[in-house]
Amino acid sequence: MKYIDEYRDAEAAHHYARLIASITTRPWTLMEVCGGQTHAILKFGVDELLPPEVTLVHGPGCPVCVTPLELVDKAIEVARLPGVIFTSFGDMLRVPGSHGDLLRVKAEGGDVRMVYSPLDAVKLAQSNPDRQVVFFAVGFETTAPANAMAVYQAARQDLRNFSILVSHVLVPPAIEAILSSPGNVVQAFLAPGHVCAVVGYEDYVELSDRYRVPMVVTGFEPLDILQGVHMCILQLEQGRFEAENQYARAVRRSGNRKAQEIIGAVFEVVPRKWRGVGEIPQSGLGLRRKYQRFDAERRFELMTREVEEPAECMSGSVLRGVLTPDQCPAFGGKCTPEHPLGATMVSSEGACAAYYRYRRQSRVEAAASS
Amino acid sequence: MNATVDSASLLSCPVPAPDNACVTMAHGGGGRLTEELLAGVFRPAFANDLLNSRHDGAVFKPEAERLAMSTDSYVVNPLVFPGGTIGSLAVNGTVNDLAMCGARPLYLSAGFVIEEGLPMALLRHIVQSMAEAAALAGVRIVTGDTKVVDRGKADGLFINTSGVGRVIATAPVDAREMRAGDAILLSGDVGRHGMAIMAVREGLEFESDIETDCAPLNRIVDDLFDAGIRAHCLRDLTRGGLATALVEVAEVGSCRLLVEEEAVPVSAEVMGACEILGLDPLYVANEGRFICICPETDANQALEIMRRHETSAAATRIGRVVSADHGGVVLNSRIGAHRVLDLLSGEQLPRIC
Repeated sequence: MKYIDEYRDAEAAHHYARLIASITTRPWTLMEVCGGQTHAILKFGVDELLPPEVTLVHGPGCPVCVTPLELVDKAIEVARLPGVIFTSFGDMLRVPGSHGDLLRVKAEGGDVRMVYSPLDAVKLAQSNPDRQVVFFAVGFETTAPANAMAVYQAARQDLRNFSILVSHVLVPPAIEAILSSPGNVVQAFLAPGHVCAVVGYEDYVELSDRYRVPMVVTGFEPLDILQGVHMCILQLEQGRFEAENQYARAVRRSGNRKAQEIIGAVFEVVPRKWRGVGEIPQSGLGLRRKYQRFDAERRFELMTREVEEPAECMSGSVLRGVLTPDQCPAFGGKCTPEHPLGATMVSSEGACAAYYRYRRQSRVEAAASS
Repeated sequence: MNATVDSASLLSCPVPAPDNACVTMAHGGGGRLTEELLAGVFRPAFANDLLNSRHDGAVFKPEAERLAMSTDSYVVNPLVFPGGTIGSLAVNGTVNDLAMCGARPLYLSAGFVIEEGLPMALLRHIVQSMAEAAALAGVRIVTGDTKVVDRGKADGLFINTSGVGRVIATAPVDAREMRAGDAILLSGDVGRHGMAIMAVREGLEFESDIETDCAPLNRIVDDLFDAGIRAHCLRDLTRGGLATALVEVAEVGSCRLLVEEEAVPVSAEVMGACEILGLDPLYVANEGRFICICPETDANQALEIMRRHETSAAATRIGRVVSADHGGVVLNSRIGAHRVLDLLSGEQLPRIC
């Protein structure tokens, strides 16, 4: 398949792996920020091709994983209300709240529906005027334009029965939190390609300059990741720290202006709590005053109840790249996709889910089998 | 979309309704309307000697020393989808389960749980598609049952089919018969059924030409046994996709399987849809594909036989049984690294971005 097969070419992958090995003179730790990259690395076994000096740690870029527990609880509370159609992207449905998940609400009779686009939720609101349709608007900058467009369209049509439960987060403040944390081990970043396709990478230029770390905007196919790693190592070995763009086929430095306009029109930057990490200032998006009538938290007068994360769940450390999932004592035992302690175990972009799915059985056995 | 009947338009009952435009509770009451439903819809479509006896059950000679029996219930939304219906699914599913036992399917039973208000034209269409699927597979539907339930108590229509077949395999067909060195053959490209359904499911509609792969596999299996292929294990791929089938047989047979990702055919349409939704085609449902695990010495002949049939024209070798000491499946990824295939916790859900 065009634009897929070329980036999964075994020969080219091994060529890049050799290239990386040939320039690496000492240990380096890189973080891939986005959960999509984490899954590609584990699914294709990209890390197996890297020299032992290069360590990849997994970043916080899984929107499902960082959505705070309180908000999942609020989603569950709204979804239980009679007359509500609660809509969500598929992989939010299995995320555990304090008591159960959205799939359980559905099983108990709540009208919970999976949609692929927030605009489908707007359509549902149009065709069900006697029901309240709520969309669970989570995600990074990547999903923000479509979610903003949904609110914009609902406003234009004066839809009184559409609202969003919003928990948008932004990547650069999260990277900054990692870089400024005392135990930070990350020396370079594979920056999230799709986020940068929307907002560009000016912020990453500034970050790499301020913290003196290489940032390479990177795609999601095996060759993208290998090339991104190569560009990072090259900078590290040469003592450079710049923002570079590996994913030039999708990302422009200034990003997508139209998308930025609609985000800016509907949302404003606000402080946000990150699951497993805590509150980060100016790290999220909330509805502007003009659109606050579409805020489900206001419409349904949802109260924020402080809740404790399960003490055994180490997802905060996993999201900051301090631990790999298999270093968590609960991994694979007390915490499985069937009985997750944290969101990182159920999200399709969660690092724990990726390790469970691709790495749970002994890799030694796997390699020995051939 | 090539579906001949648009289920969405048929599911709304026109007002004023002409007589018998929809199935009503009275059709399930056992009286005159029940008889009308049987005589007007089911018997003409499925007509055969055994069914025509209008007995409580079918009576037949065993026709073999060993019989295989299987049952399955079918629930799918929408009831009509590109390339098939719940009816064709219900026939082919049980036919294929019997074929995978090394049997030639002979007779099916069909039980229908119908939701009040189901348009009669839609029911007719589905029953007709069952009759056509049965004719194609060479099986007879010899007994059946219908029940009507209140609106809201069933998702339009549920169908159960059970089947009996004559065992034609001379040796056991069982995952425990797999041996180190056996070849793993796959009958065609994967993921069509799941993506065809997903493309028309409410809330996820996307433009696609993907049709279900739903098809009977029994004639292919017949030919394999006729030619003396020693199929150690046969498994049709269903809701968990190729990966789930491989993991299940590996665990039952305590064998380690090595599969080449590159060798598994996936059409560009299915791959494209999976990439957009963030799904792994190896775990997407199929209804007309199977794996055959046989001695390496039989593999080329088996492939040749499979390729003579339209349904399995793209049959190919995807891997081998590496050892018979430990259950598990290892995938050699496209870039030459290894990854373990495992069962998923539940259904794959489309990702956020």
